[in-house]
Amino acid sequence: MRNIDKRFMGAHALAAATLEVEPAEVMGLVGQNGAGKSTLIKVLTGAHGKDAGETVFGGETVEFASPLAAQHGGISTIYQEINLIPFRSVAENIFLGREFRRYGLLDWRRMNRDAADLLRRFAVEIDVRRPLMEFSTAIQQMVAIARAVSFKARLVIMDEPTSSLDEREVAVLFDVIRQLRAEGVSVIFITHRLDELYQICDRVTVMRDGRTVMTSRMADVDKLHLIAAMLGRDLEAVRERATGFQGASAAAGAEVLAAEGLVVGRKVSDARLEVRAGQIVGLAGLLGSGRTEVARAIFGADPPDAGAIRLMGKVASPREPIEAITLGVGFCSEDRKVEGIVPDMSVRENITLALLPRLTRFGVVDEARQRAIVDRFIARLAIKTADIEQKVRELSGGNQQKVLLARWLCTDPKLLILDEPTRGIDVGAKVEIQSLIKELADQGLGVLMISSELEEIVEGADRVFVLSDGRTVADLPHAKSSASAIMAAMAHDASALSADGMEHG
Amino acid sequence: MADAQAIGRPRTSLNVGNFLRRYAALSAIVVLLAFNFAVTPNFATWQTLNVNLTQVATIVIVSVGMTLVIATGGIDLSVGSLMAISGALAPLIFLSPFGRDHLAIGNILAFVVPIGVAGLLGLFNGWFITRFRVQPIVATLVLFIAGRGIGQVITNGNLQTFKNPSFQFIGLGRVFGLPCQVLVMLAMVAAAAWMLRRTLFGRQILAVGGNEKAARLAGVPVAPVKRWVYAISGLCAGVAGLVVVSINSSSDANLVGLGMELDAIAAVAVGGTPFTGGRATVVGSLLGALLIQLLRYTLLANGVPDAAALVVKGAIIAGAVWSQQRSMPS
Repeated sequence: MRNIDKRFMGAHALAAATLEVEPAEVMGLVGQNGAGKSTLIKVLTGAHGKDAGETVFGGETVEFASPLAAQHGGISTIYQEINLIPFRSVAENIFLGREFRRYGLLDWRRMNRDAADLLRRFAVEIDVRRPLMEFSTAIQQMVAIARAVSFKARLVIMDEPTSSLDEREVAVLFDVIRQLRAEGVSVIFITHRLDELYQICDRVTVMRDGRTVMTSRMADVDKLHLIAAMLGRDLEAVRERATGFQGASAAAGAEVLAAEGLVVGRKVSDARLEVRAGQIVGLAGLLGSGRTEVARAIFGADPPDAGAIRLMGKVASPREPIEAITLGVGFCSEDRKVEGIVPDMSVRENITLALLPRLTRFGVVDEARQRAIVDRFIARLAIKTADIEQKVRELSGGNQQKVLLARWLCTDPKLLILDEPTRGIDVGAKVEIQSLIKELADQGLGVLMISSELEEIVEGADRVFVLSDGRTVADLPHAKSSASAIMAAMAHDASALSADGMEHG
Repeated sequence: MADAQAIGRPRTSLNVGNFLRRYAALSAIVVLLAFNFAVTPNFATWQTLNVNLTQVATIVIVSVGMTLVIATGGIDLSVGSLMAISGALAPLIFLSPFGRDHLAIGNILAFVVPIGVAGLLGLFNGWFITRFRVQPIVATLVLFIAGRGIGQVITNGNLQTFKNPSFQFIGLGRVFGLPCQVLVMLAMVAAAAWMLRRTLFGRQILAVGGNEKAARLAGVPVAPVKRWVYAISGLCAGVAGLVVVSINSSSDANLVGLGMELDAIAAVAVGGTPFTGGRATVVGSLLGALLIQLLRYTLLANGVPDAAALVVKGAIIAGAVWSQQRSMPS
């Protein structure tokens, strides 16, 4: 029966992306950030228009004008954040927008009965008259699915449905998916957790840079190949590419950071790290592996639930960023716009934001000193700005990133944590920033660098820690940190590291 | 103009349109002044100036604190009620047996205690907002409602009348021919404008309003900054409450500061401080309050009824917001 077939040609976010789902099939959809998964789904469900290509659903060429039209057409989407109304009852949520009426009034009895029947199909026995918010995230997820199915959906799209579920809840969700499949419903399952693909999916489609790079039956592909396809690396040949990280690294100095057994919420379960002065330490891992969470825990932005941290050789447990800053730590967040720049403030003020308390006497800012420092760092980092009073939002991405680097460098840190320091900036600025990081490390700064780009990690880092599912699974010295070794570690495929991990497959 | 953001920017050459938008309130004041000098009888007198300044002073004093609150992206609805509390406390103190026996100490306490209490209540607002992450409009609604009740409870709902020249100097006294509260107002505006522009605290206020997450990651103590800003707003309301009861020679917790929160917010809006936070101009709020006052006076002095003046006031606010959006680069 229903074949979904869609193609796009030459779009910006999507270039000839193809996704085919058979009837009663669970199709995994994976890819890095920005690979085009969400865009593809949005085009499919009518949230975005497409520039070229066609969508075939159930044997007919279709073009949905809106997600609502897609829903009525038989395609239901369940988003990562549950799109329901917490204060309303379960039944109301399921029938929201198409309530049963009798004599112009709401037919509560019928709605409640139908809602209960619907949920019973998924072995969920709850009082559907209670407000949705009284139930666990997993139940809410089930309600969202029940709502989707009640539209007589023939295709259900789930965008990272497991990200807020615990293991038991995931198991329940998987039962529901199998139930759907048994009833002939197709499922597109988007996730970052590779293990889940093997548990539930029949086939997988890998996207990268807006293209479909691989479609395969789960049984025919191992994790290592999956990761290689996602990251776009050839397993055998690691191409040499010019990055800003050239030259030999200096000898490592004293320990500036040591973290052991870090636990942060559900994302990080056992992370270990060590950074020494003069060293660039790479922190690698797939999206959702807990890289950013580890960095934020060390910086005190989201303090860890458990684990030991030593900063500059002393036991520390920063509960607020200011405490880590006082100890000599700087942190450039991965989201420059949301967590980095203060857009309406000038370059001068953005650069000195962290240093400002040290530039004041009796609470008054010493503007002469401030200007001198700002001028020095603008020159040193070659920040392109009309003058120091220009608003930082008017700068290019690369220059904004340099402003943020300057913000920390002027505080003279011992440890600098960089979360995706070169994401979203042009090639020239990228190389510049990379060589700057290298130069700083040579001068004795300890750098912890998170990056999704393997080249950056392989060529830049003197030592690489690999995270997978919130655990440190590998600690590779520079000599051993090849792209394939890192990917092998990400895949949990311990066979590439030692001999005892074969059963992980 | 001490716009907190525009410190010596030599970049763009301002054309006339830009200038008008940027200094919309100032331009409108100049136009209204010219109109009044030409049309309104007896406009160019000391008396007219003093009447207008006296009436506007309390609004400006409150809007100083309000500007700082709005600069952090918040809002403070409780200021009018805090004025009522402050205005109720002062006469209680200097009319008490202790206050009558020790006039000097009584008068000093009649200043310090009400302003201090208003500041503490402001601090409570800030604590409520930061501790429980309550939206400022909801958090300050608590004292907006309860505050006036507290004022009435401590006075048993009675109107307190008094004659205490040394206390009332703040509302009735003159220094160099200018009403005392006008000087207080100017001093507070100057202090706040300087604070916002030159001190660590001022810059942290704008950083919190401009990007709270980034500010926190850069080590700005976000919660304490917010608490202090609401405390300052409370202090300003406390001062304004004393001025009002001094002028009236009486204190009625039912009426003191009634509607003041909205007047102050209007002044801030007309003055050009955006409600999204991160940018603020205290001098702008002064100009905004002056503009609203001058417009109202112009209409009244030329025989337009007060009811119609309210409509014009609303139009001014709408116009100010419109001109702000026009000048904002998208």
